Amino acid sequence: MASNEDIQKDLEAREYDAGFVTDIESDTIAPGLNEDVIRQISAIKKEPEWMLEWRLSAYRHWLTMEEPTWAAVDYKPTDYQSISYYSAPKSDKDAPESLDEIDPKLIETYEKLGIPLREQKMLAGIKGSNVAVDAVFDSVSVATTFKKKLTEAGVIFCPISEAIREHPELVKQYLGSVVPPQDNFFAALNCAVFTDGSFVYIPKGVRCPMELSTYFRINALNTGQFERTLIIADEGAYVSYLEGCTAPQRDENQLHAAIVELVALDDAEIKYATVQNWYPGDKNGVGGIYNFVTKRADCRGNRSKVSWTQVETGSAITWKYPSCILRGDYSRGEFYSVAVTTQCQQADTGTKMIHLGKNTSSTIISKGISAGRAQQSYRGLVRMGKGAENARNYTQCDSLLLGDQCGAHTFPYVEVKNPTATLEHEATTSKIGEDQLFYCQQRGLSEEDAVNMIVNGFCKDVFDVLPMEFAVEANRLMEVSLEGSVG
Amino acid sequence: MLEIKDLHVSVDGKKILKGLNLTINAGEVHAIMGPNGAGKSTLSNVIAGRDGYEITSGSVTYKGDDLLAMSPEERAWAGVFLAFQYPVEIPGVNNTYLLKAGVNAKRKHQGLDELDAFDFMSVVKEKAKLVELDPSFLSRSVNEGFSGGEKKRNEIFQMAVLEPSLALLDETDSGLDIDALRIVAGGVNKLRSADRAIVMITHYQRLLDYIEPDFVHVLANGIILKTGDKSLALELEEHGYDWVKETL
Repeated sequence: MASNEDIQKDLEAREYDAGFVTDIESDTIAPGLNEDVIRQISAIKKEPEWMLEWRLSAYRHWLTMEEPTWAAVDYKPTDYQSISYYSAPKSDKDAPESLDEIDPKLIETYEKLGIPLREQKMLAGIKGSNVAVDAVFDSVSVATTFKKKLTEAGVIFCPISEAIREHPELVKQYLGSVVPPQDNFFAALNCAVFTDGSFVYIPKGVRCPMELSTYFRINALNTGQFERTLIIADEGAYVSYLEGCTAPQRDENQLHAAIVELVALDDAEIKYATVQNWYPGDKNGVGGIYNFVTKRADCRGNRSKVSWTQVETGSAITWKYPSCILRGDYSRGEFYSVAVTTQCQQADTGTKMIHLGKNTSSTIISKGISAGRAQQSYRGLVRMGKGAENARNYTQCDSLLLGDQCGAHTFPYVEVKNPTATLEHEATTSKIGEDQLFYCQQRGLSEEDAVNMIVNGFCKDVFDVLPMEFAVEANRLMEVSLEGSVG
Repeated sequence: MLEIKDLHVSVDGKKILKGLNLTINAGEVHAIMGPNGAGKSTLSNVIAGRDGYEITSGSVTYKGDDLLAMSPEERAWAGVFLAFQYPVEIPGVNNTYLLKAGVNAKRKHQGLDELDAFDFMSVVKEKAKLVELDPSFLSRSVNEGFSGGEKKRNEIFQMAVLEPSLALLDETDSGLDIDALRIVAGGVNKLRSADRAIVMITHYQRLLDYIEPDFVHVLANGIILKTGDKSLALELEEHGYDWVKETL
């Protein structure tokens, strides 16, 4: 049986299996941040003048802001002048026309990660696999698959840098309309320097014929990744989108400050799922990704619906609150989250549900698992605005602790300005019981399998709502993350 | 099958078992009775391999192997089964899924192919009938929201599926009403066989009305104080445990 000492010891032996570095030539802008760097990024991306101006104004605003300190995380401040704000694989100066033009090493990288980019392989490969993939490597998008099939359906799924050039009217209308540049410190920084990301537009009444997926990979050293995702579901449209992230194992901290904006118009539905496995740093807390992300959905239309589902096992520091603004009447927001922190990882994460429209409803299910010396906080806000007649929220936050050196904290914030609103909040904290482990072992499971089974059981409510393709991956990821977490 | 020699066990520095000897052969049904705190549950936990028990001396040999050197799951694979006194709840973990993982871990260890979901379900449905377990329990989370009687019934159901060589039933009768007791005991009786040993730990003689033991042992003061046939249980019921101590 595992004593806490064993748990501790074996956690330290845990390895990050996406931690390899791809040896590839890159074009990288020298570290440092100023208006010239922003002009350079904008020029490389062949952006129109209005985009550059937008970036510069965000940058000027960022200069007036201070890095937030209210989160329950502790880290050395980032030197924003020591980061490179643009890195791209050299062979890929202009976006590739087809997959054949991509450096085979890149393809290899993605294959190592289990992300098939080759369409024919995907078609012939895993049964039932029907996912269009956009892959972002450092600062550029390297491949978007299934373009033809999507175009036929009228769906636009492309790198955001391409969308800025090809679909400026849509980008102008929606970019920054959910997360404005002045929203917060990291958002302003992202607006100034974002390099790539995915853009999705689903036209009126269209049900996107396949799952869309973006994989983000930070490879280059001392590089920040500032991707930007914008998804618009027009009236009556539906899309399910998956996002995955990994990074090599490096001793330096790498900054990831992304923005995701979702817009759902009348009767539209967006499902957004994330499996985040950024490098978490080593057992002493050296290295790892700082994941400072702003994700927000605007349920702008009546009866619109957005659900965030996330499985987070990576990053040294996480600061992230995927949120829903429930503006349309009868709109609905959902947040399902599993966050695993081990070793020295710190996470301050949760959600915000802002109820503005009548009869809006939201559900929050958050499952936090901590092991080693990790610290995890759930921070959630539910706000019922004046006009939110008959709005409803249900919140459930459960924490599971492995070992006795980790911590779980819950900070629920509730603001109600309408007396007809209903809120429910449930929270539990439990330790993985020695009696549960022994019970499973007595039935023949190894201790490790027993932990996986108990943890998976704990996360069941969330795993049940993951898209099929991701449910398997999430399960595997959890097993890898908790590998060796007992003796 | 099981040979316990001069077993001394302490918990948190307190001596619980003080030189216990016990031999159990295949096909036999043993009942271990004794007052509260005598060390009955300690004995079953030590055999199953639970943490927190310090074995200061003595040996436990199972099918010729040193049982104490094996991990709990290795003991399970070798055919040791413990029906828990207080079966624990495991939220979100499907009852059948846990059992399937257990059965397949054992099969893998024995070099057999793992059972697929279909084959496993047919085994499970068959065994569920033994203890009249409603099929709806199969898909529920392990013991979650089960009544006391349902939990005990679930233990015997698991025993039926795992087909152990040595089954330890730790106060399986406690908390059961008379109907549940009859059903559980009926299940156990159906599982009696020439190559299986069953050890029942109980406070009460009434269980033995339903499951007739070959041997009855009185465990007190950390040792087997007295061994007899089922008539010993009746005498105990009549005279109490002090009577045993006095007769020695």
